[in-house]
Amino acid sequence: MSETEKKPIKTSEIDPKFKYEISKIHGGEKLLRCFQCGTCTSDCPVARFSETYRPRQIIRMTQLGLRDRVLNSDTLWLCAACFTCTDRCPQDVEVASVIRVLRNLAAERGCVPQVFKEQCSSILESGYAYKIPELRMKKRESLGLPELPKGNPENIRKSLKGVRFLKFVEKQGEEK
Amino acid sequence: MSASKYLIFLGCAIPYRVSAYEISARKVLSKLDVELVEMPEFNCCGLPIDPVSHEMMLILAARNLALAEQKGLNILTLCPGCAGTLKKVNKMLKEDKALREEINNHLKEAGLEFKGTIDAKHLMQALIEDIGLEKIKNAIVKPLTMLKVAEHNGCHILRPKEFIGFDDPEDPKTLKTLIEATGAKCLDYMDETECCGAPSVGVSDKIALELARDKLNHIKNVGAEALITICPFCHIMYDTNELRIERMFNETYGIPVLHYTQLLGLAMGISPEELAINELRVDASKILQQVIVGEK
Repeated sequence: MSETEKKPIKTSEIDPKFKYEISKIHGGEKLLRCFQCGTCTSDCPVARFSETYRPRQIIRMTQLGLRDRVLNSDTLWLCAACFTCTDRCPQDVEVASVIRVLRNLAAERGCVPQVFKEQCSSILESGYAYKIPELRMKKRESLGLPELPKGNPENIRKSLKGVRFLKFVEKQGEEK
Repeated sequence: MSASKYLIFLGCAIPYRVSAYEISARKVLSKLDVELVEMPEFNCCGLPIDPVSHEMMLILAARNLALAEQKGLNILTLCPGCAGTLKKVNKMLKEDKALREEINNHLKEAGLEFKGTIDAKHLMQALIEDIGLEKIKNAIVKPLTMLKVAEHNGCHILRPKEFIGFDDPEDPKTLKTLIEATGAKCLDYMDETECCGAPSVGVSDKIALELARDKLNHIKNVGAEALITICPFCHIMYDTNELRIERMFNETYGIPVLHYTQLLGLAMGISPEELAINELRVDASKILQQVIVGEK
């Protein structure tokens, strides 16, 4: 992954079909409505403290068709999913959902921070997103809390049959 | 007789590292005659997986909704993340027939079906809509009129408005109303509805802590003696990380961060020990002292 937002755009990088592809995915339907007012960026709490994360820029790059720049960028993963941009967008673009669509595509090509892979594996193994230590489980009893409901990993896997991201996680597991 | 009965959905973060929230919530809910039934089986609500696979998030959430439907009970969550996700998916699947069929094809493989017969609510919503402010006020035996606090709502119980449909995300009132029911004064402060930074942990810890610091500064500036949260992740950001933020940015806060259920519990006369206040990282003895003095 690299930070390439500020490099000049070459025509060879542009994929005119990209925006239509995103518009067909649930959550990305309203991408083309964006007129670059910048409400999303000015209201974004992360953008205030990040020098690279600008939701408006991600939307524009997507509209322009800069597929690799967008999907290979670390910046895409800085969104905190607070949905302020979605609520305040005057064009109802659902900015956070467009970013989620882009992240899903990035994840399928393997551009995904480790933390997400760990949570995914943990859910598949135990149902819980974190590996809850034995000690915690035992402590519950002494605190007078009821036993934690168990996950059913086998059943979870059955319902997840055919999920695209899982194929990637499994393929990665085999490569290890 | 119990006023309300729910299936309690703990989520992952609370059993993992925020048990004080669960302990205090169970105590106050029991005092308010709320009956909690444990989930028969559990998996993550799906929220942490949404960034990498929307499809997987939908299936994980739908599984939990389908399990609750089998029990015939509404879900009560303590975590706004779980509440937001379950509410959103519940609405999506109820309204979009094609999507429902697609997800049900997945669930069928596991012997489950989403029918759309129950609701999912966050604790705050259950308190205000089902249990009611009157009942809460009647349960107060020790009004906390000596306390000035600030509140922090979790993003996912407010936004996106279109899907959550609870309170006003630009000017949320519910938590304030619930806090003032305990007698405490709830102060306004700058950027009150802004994110605590928790979702950025693991991707950029620096940005996450800067966000929390920004909020803590605003909270300190208005003179709040405590911060009240209703989300396990926000609580971790402010309580677990407060000392870290103080060291990292050379700041001093000393603001204890209480789960709303602990504040309510104190006002209901439940002891600090029973509310697991000793589990808080930031020392809360100063405000506990005030509560005790105020009693005299």
